Amino acid sequence: MANVPQDLKYAKSHEWVRVLGDLATVGITDHAQHELTDVVFVELPEQGREIKQGEACAVVESVKTASDIYSPVSGEITEINAEVGSNPALVNSEPYAGGWLFKVKLLNAAELEPLLSPEQYKAQISGT
Amino acid sequence: MFRQPVGDNEATANLRYLRNSVEQLFDFMKRTPLFSAHQELGAKLIEFGGWEMPVYYSSIVDEHQAVRLRAGLFDISHMGEVVLHGQGALEFLNAVLTNDLRKLAVGQGQYTLMCNPVGGVVDDLYAYRIGIEDYLLVINASRIEVDFAWLLARKRLFGGAVTFEMENASDRYAALALQGPQSAAIIDRCYPQASVDGTQVSRPSELRKNQLGCFGAGRKQVLIGRTGYTGEDGFELILESEDAESAWKRLVEVGAQDGLKPAGLGARDTLRTEVCYPLYGHELNEETTPIEAGLGFFVALDKGDFVGRDVLIRQKAEGTRRKLVAFKMTERSAPPRPHYPMWSPGPDGAVIGEVTSGTQSPSLSLGIGLGYVNAAQSAVDTPVQIEIRGKRANGVIVTKPIYRKAN
Repeated sequence: MANVPQDLKYAKSHEWVRVLGDLATVGITDHAQHELTDVVFVELPEQGREIKQGEACAVVESVKTASDIYSPVSGEITEINAEVGSNPALVNSEPYAGGWLFKVKLLNAAELEPLLSPEQYKAQISGT
Repeated sequence: MFRQPVGDNEATANLRYLRNSVEQLFDFMKRTPLFSAHQELGAKLIEFGGWEMPVYYSSIVDEHQAVRLRAGLFDISHMGEVVLHGQGALEFLNAVLTNDLRKLAVGQGQYTLMCNPVGGVVDDLYAYRIGIEDYLLVINASRIEVDFAWLLARKRLFGGAVTFEMENASDRYAALALQGPQSAAIIDRCYPQASVDGTQVSRPSELRKNQLGCFGAGRKQVLIGRTGYTGEDGFELILESEDAESAWKRLVEVGAQDGLKPAGLGARDTLRTEVCYPLYGHELNEETTPIEAGLGFFVALDKGDFVGRDVLIRQKAEGTRRKLVAFKMTERSAPPRPHYPMWSPGPDGAVIGEVTSGTQSPSLSLGIGLGYVNAAQSAVDTPVQIEIRGKRANGVIVTKPIYRKAN
């Protein structure tokens, strides 16, 4: 069973968000990395780029396929995880820790409301 | 059991077509006899050529490495089987297939292709001589209906002695591929016996490459050939569908001590791409010829007439406009994927072709692929750029196979 930490919010498209103040850290879920397996390349957005909620702004490539990553929130990209650029397997081994993808300076905290709770996300992935 | 075609004709072919049409109408995917075994192993399933097949059990890279270093077991029951029996079978097959079947002794097989009159590939396949006048064709899953209809049509046109029967036996047979350096040890432990037909050997590991033997007795017979699609030593087993699950479970159990893992279509694809084996629908289709694909070795232009020969003779003599090449990336990039454009580098660079297969090579840890490029730019060591999401990454055309076992 996939790990779904209690302290995070989730997007239907399998990204997670960790909010600290006005900074949101984004990654892909344990369930998503398990479905992809063998992540071999991660393409991250430019630092400073303004993104909208739901916008495709990164690509995670496994041996099998390329998957777009959609930002769960709007705002400016303040930091990207250079570590996953050189070691993409971190997305598989530590999806909620060393495998984070980028940080967004929140533009509108209300956008967090419609995101899924851990319970709702669990229900979604057990239905697939 | 493998010899006699079971009364197949156009009526049963039509019935099968009708049933497949109904399945498509309701969006059913076909399942092999091993479907529940795959579910028990927790396989991740995908659609492939109309079949619901395992893409991986643990992970593609994990299963790939198991095959390169130890052993892997694949369900290839989706592949089709056509059985021919009778005096005219050899002459007929030699007129529709590109390789020369007269070279085959009983218990031998060969890679071959079936072309249309303009040299385009209807399918690529393995042809085995399983008796004096008995042949078995192993064909691609996605091409079963097309191939059999094509063979029936050619049979009607065939001028020679049409004294043979032909059956689409695809639904009766399951098939497994045991691949990897430990395969010989595992197959002998599972089938510790002499062959009863085909190539005469005292145990399966005595079979040489492309040889095939029939093992076991009565209803529990299995055809074992020393063939594969991974670039490793290995065996392919063809058996009655109802025997498939017990054979699969036994191989998994017996092979476990040698590090055997069940392996899915994902690893099958990375393994074959590393050794540059073509995949129908990617490197081959009805608009592509074996000469363009670099498969001239399997086209016997001197054997007499066969479908597509005129075009292939001309292409062999005059060359082709485009050629299939293998390439690897020379910088860190996202993996190349099918349909990505291939460019010549530099400020005046132009599109010179298109990727047909591409992946991250688990053995080499870099992007690799196959693609068709203009013949003028197809030489080994030619720099090439692959366009990945609008950006071009550097690669180079390399000798086939891309991966070669170190020893």
